[in-house]
Amino acid sequence: MKTPTPLDHKDTRSGFGAGLLELGKSNPNVVALTADLAGSLKMTDFQKAFPDRFFQVGVAEANMMGIAAGLTIGGKIPFTGTFANFSTGRVYDQIRQSIAYSNKNVKICASHAGLTLGEDGATHQILEDLGLMKMLPNMTVISPCDYNQTKAATLAIAEFKGPVYLRFGRPSVPNFTSPDSKFTIGKADILCEGKDVSIFATGHLVWKAIEAADVLEKAGINAEVINIHTIKPIDKEAILTSIRKTGCAVTAEEHQLNGGLGDTIAQIMSRYFPTPLEMVGVEDTFGESGKPEELMEKYGLTVENIVKKVWKVIERKGKS
Amino acid sequence: MTALELAKRIRIHAVKMTAHGKSSHVGSVLSIADILAVLYNDILRVKPAQPDWKDRDRFILSKGHAGAGVYAVLAEKEFFPTEILNTHCQNGSSFSGHISHLGIPGVELSTGSLGHGLSVGVGLALAAKMDKKDYRTFVVMSDGECDEGSNWEAILFSSHHKLDNLIAIIDYNKIQSIAPVKDTIGLEPFADKFISFGWNVSTVDGHNIDDLKHTLSAVPLCKNKPSVIIANTIKGKGISFMENKVLWHYRSPQGEELERALKELETLHTK
Repeated sequence: MKTPTPLDHKDTRSGFGAGLLELGKSNPNVVALTADLAGSLKMTDFQKAFPDRFFQVGVAEANMMGIAAGLTIGGKIPFTGTFANFSTGRVYDQIRQSIAYSNKNVKICASHAGLTLGEDGATHQILEDLGLMKMLPNMTVISPCDYNQTKAATLAIAEFKGPVYLRFGRPSVPNFTSPDSKFTIGKADILCEGKDVSIFATGHLVWKAIEAADVLEKAGINAEVINIHTIKPIDKEAILTSIRKTGCAVTAEEHQLNGGLGDTIAQIMSRYFPTPLEMVGVEDTFGESGKPEELMEKYGLTVENIVKKVWKVIERKGKS
Repeated sequence: MTALELAKRIRIHAVKMTAHGKSSHVGSVLSIADILAVLYNDILRVKPAQPDWKDRDRFILSKGHAGAGVYAVLAEKEFFPTEILNTHCQNGSSFSGHISHLGIPGVELSTGSLGHGLSVGVGLALAAKMDKKDYRTFVVMSDGECDEGSNWEAILFSSHHKLDNLIAIIDYNKIQSIAPVKDTIGLEPFADKFISFGWNVSTVDGHNIDDLKHTLSAVPLCKNKPSVIIANTIKGKGISFMENKVLWHYRSPQGEELERALKELETLHTK
């Protein structure tokens, strides 16, 4: 399989904005709410086109989540938009009781996740959101890799009945998935096939995993890269099929290792097919203010670190 | 059945359920029994045989700890058989202490963690306005629950959006879980707070059936404004040794207490 090449560079949040606008046209039940962050979430096109279905709730995230739950009882499909930080930890109790336990059809759309939020610093750089949300029963958790996939995921979650957490980010990143690809919740994308190691990545780290596979190819290592865009329900079969073939894995994510993608994959591997595993992610620390790419560098969320972990896991496989 | 009779039955069920389930909050149920009775007997447009009827009025109990009262009124209104009420707080039962929607027709939302119900009610009222539907949304809240900041977010929002199809009813029994409201976080001047937030306020005797019926019978109570009904109530109302006693927030009546409570309810006459 040929590795993908970027079509252009775009921010994933704009993919959400484009998807939301399209939903506005195709689905009259779709309603959007924001807690004073319409511009940051790229919701302004929807706001202009469908003012009667757009609600500015002010800086009041808890109320926004409750209103969204209520709108579902009235037959609407509400999409809430704020930063990932304020979409999860700040309103966890509202989500847990009024959305997850009550199984309401709310789509929690969260931008500026992770270190790539950049200069605003640690208070806003949530690295725990995937863990918080995947722990909730009934909650589907999605972390797309680029603009096109975020747009496709936005469209797909409107069709799906049940609470969803959709995570995306701020910076412009390579946009490499096909604009025509349909998004299937819970089905991992095999981006390139390989036999020596499985690299499972999510969000912004997917492109870095592809670049790492190129580097490894030149050194004679044949890596399989799999985009885990749905953290929950995770595609257990795709993961197991891959590691049964390669015998080792590296995970990569812009998130704490505690509670993130690597954590879920470690559970699957240890329960069903114990093999060496290495993880790329943030190791139990908060972020800090800085330029997005420099922060990714500092915290090891890089192509080089993925390559390094691959060498390490292959060495461990050789010894086991 | 009259609302008066229904209120009495709610109280009897609640006492039996909390006794049998050895569960808490009987005092909190007794203080809203008359409100629930008037709502379900005379005000709410609901169809027990068709609980998901699209045009139904929506009712949310935000003070989820008083779930026994709602279970009781729904059973009396034949959403499900009354016999099932004795499974309250038993293993395997849907009828948990804090109200749950799971497997219980007529319950719109699970609550228990306080300060959620009003925002959800706002969402419902908003959906009705968008669809130009005339169903109304009623949210019963506790006084202690008004400490939660999320309520005030919802209060701000609903006056901004002129949600006159939203009615909050506050069970103002003036006692929260372990102390009087005034010694915990005082709410007074309570009505003034709502007025300054752009709400229409009515103050009623929460145990006077006629007063409640009269106030609730003409929704919207005030065009273009959400309404709050501050219902002055008595925690533990209807059972002499429970009335105004903080003890009965958590205690369940057992043995002789249970017999006395039921005997008093049998002879109870509310105004």
